[in-house]
Amino acid sequence: MMQEHLSIFLVILPLVAAPIVAIMPRGRYAWAFSFVVAMVCAVIAGQQLWSVTHHGVISYALGGWAPPWGIEYRIDSVNAFIAVIIAGIAAITLPYALLSVEKEIPEHKQPLFYSAFLLCFAGLLGITQTGDIFNVFVFLEISSLSTYALISMGQKRQALTSAYQYLIMGTLGATFFLIGVGLLYSQTGTLNMMDLAKLLPDVVGLKTVHTGFAFILIGIALKLALFPLHLWLPNAYTYAPTVITVFLAATATKVAVYVMLRILFTIFPDGFVAASPAGDLFIILGIAGVIIASVYAIYQTNVKRLLAYSSVAQIGYIALGIGFATSLGLTASIVHLFNHALMKGALFMAVGAIIYRIGTSHISELNGLGRKMPWTFAAIIIAGLSLIGVPGTAGFISKWYLVLAALEQQAWFAVAIILLGSLLAVIYIGKIVETLYFKPAKEKQTTIQEAPILLLAPTWLLVIANIYFGLNTELTVGIAEQAVQALVGTPK
Amino acid sequence: MDFLIGHYNYWVAIFLMMIGFYTVISHGNLVKKIIGLNIFQVSVFLLYISMSTVTGGAAPIITEGVQLYSNPLPHVLILTAIVVGVATTALGLALVVRIKEAYGTIEEDEIHEQDHSL
Amino acid sequence: MPNLILRVVSKILIPPIIIFALYVQFHGDFGPGGGFQAGVIFSAAFILYALVFGLDAAENVISTSVLRFLASLGVLIYAGVGIATVFLGGNYLEYTVLASTQVAGQHLGILLVELGVGITVFSVMLLIFFTFAAKGRA
Repeated sequence: MMQEHLSIFLVILPLVAAPIVAIMPRGRYAWAFSFVVAMVCAVIAGQQLWSVTHHGVISYALGGWAPPWGIEYRIDSVNAFIAVIIAGIAAITLPYALLSVEKEIPEHKQPLFYSAFLLCFAGLLGITQTGDIFNVFVFLEISSLSTYALISMGQKRQALTSAYQYLIMGTLGATFFLIGVGLLYSQTGTLNMMDLAKLLPDVVGLKTVHTGFAFILIGIALKLALFPLHLWLPNAYTYAPTVITVFLAATATKVAVYVMLRILFTIFPDGFVAASPAGDLFIILGIAGVIIASVYAIYQTNVKRLLAYSSVAQIGYIALGIGFATSLGLTASIVHLFNHALMKGALFMAVGAIIYRIGTSHISELNGLGRKMPWTFAAIIIAGLSLIGVPGTAGFISKWYLVLAALEQQAWFAVAIILLGSLLAVIYIGKIVETLYFKPAKEKQTTIQEAPILLLAPTWLLVIANIYFGLNTELTVGIAEQAVQALVGTPK
Repeated sequence: MDFLIGHYNYWVAIFLMMIGFYTVISHGNLVKKIIGLNIFQVSVFLLYISMSTVTGGAAPIITEGVQLYSNPLPHVLILTAIVVGVATTALGLALVVRIKEAYGTIEEDEIHEQDHSL
Repeated sequence: MPNLILRVVSKILIPPIIIFALYVQFHGDFGPGGGFQAGVIFSAAFILYALVFGLDAAENVISTSVLRFLASLGVLIYAGVGIATVFLGGNYLEYTVLASTQVAGQHLGILLVELGVGITVFSVMLLIFFTFAAKGRA
């Protein structure tokens, strides 16, 4: 009996756990509870993915109200895959959180911190599970609001201003999305995604629908920090508590990309994206994002900020894949979603381990630290190689598929850009490695030791995943191809 | 002329939307930005609500002798959106209070000056 | 000591406000009303009390730790109803299975859920007010 309810429990579990955690007296209890919840969610998400790939789409009518009138949770291989990424990253981030949070967040705020974390987690999972476009907005706001609160808990006072900046831009984005949804609703009278997909072809020529499409596009682009709407991201990632940076970098933008894919390719009929300027826009902005954000990254003096700009560049690659609007391009985008979560998660975790030891991530303070913290350093190198896209790492796979997609379109320019982007990544990763290893250590830092095992273990788990998914591509690419089928396949 | 008058609800919504949007962009005062954001959101609420009106329809509560009702669904959606808006405003104002404590000012340019950032 | 007129007027006003909030709360399944509105009205009564008699007096009536507990409780009632329906054999939040007949089930379900919403909205509104008001005290 429980099998059919698992999909809803994936969202309900963290949602229920959040208020329980909020009233817990001590941070450690709150952590333990959150950890158990995240683990259970990861197991459920994994089981759900298995079930979807083997038995087909899961549809769940909330409150027993049949779709399209009620809210439907509809899980196919796309959202099942994204849910696995989110739940998996949360389950890996939480063990890491214990020490890091104890260092960065005051004891009396820790239960609330974990509560907000679980709310954010529930919101992100909710976005992936739901098949109702207005429900997407609600979950988007649940996750965003808790994210603003989490970012503002950073140690420096700049955390407050960056949270505020994100709040303004994020709310504008969400409201744009809301306008777009309203315009689509006014023409079709439905909010269910599958129903929309069925009804939209009849009205797709109307100006209202085009306007709604544009509003939704801009709203989501703000949320996924597509260049040049990325301005909130570097500050937010730099000043947020380490754990939050890891979690957001690996999940939040991914979910926004998922929403984008859903709207562009499931809700709007086949060929709509290719016919509209949106496809070209994605390619142009993707290319601009890759180049400009990578160059920005090279000039950063704070490692966290450097990696944040690199994230904007990686989103550029994903946008490029979306812009091609071919099944190969979409496969590349979805694979890159997963791989980028792995490598950015590992990199931010390793940097977090350094912050745990020396309290800063400013590049001038890191001289020679690589020799003091060899394991952390090795993690940065491997994850960095993956970011560059060296064969044998996960990053290579997604770039390979992206290049294939570009070749298929004979977009030689895009191929050159992808290679140039990798070269720029060599420079900024090289800059970190050079400081960490080749510069002489400062004298006051002679007592610094390797990071504790509780920080290293999750980091290395992700690093090993980077190598594993670089060698064994069957799983990721196989699921991504299936996901693309589900995404563009015509609804029944 | 019919076009102008017939769509007056859209004109109101767009007018408010642009007022709000402009306030968010142009003002350096953090509280004023939040007020602008509120106006921006409310314009969208109005857009939804006015969309749901059915000419000659009654309020969507079952009453004897009434056949034609307005569409209640957008009302429900907007109720949710209003709650989200309240939460956003509260969170934004809380952040402003904390910023005021940390910086001693809520003017954007003065904050940037203190941080020597962009 | 606050103004006599204010004190007398607010003492007259607060009980009707609370009664009205309860009316809006429990009449929500027949007519306009429901948890959101009721919670806000209910907290308005307490906020009026705090404005007139001072923050400390209001916190004596209901402390922030109780409010935090209540805020969590409301969400748990809501989610608990949903989970209960799953164990009774329905879908999540399918109220129909809560009672013997469909209509009675829907009645009971929406009443409980709105109660949860009301409690949470009330306590969160008050918490927001207390937190902001306490800033001025320090």
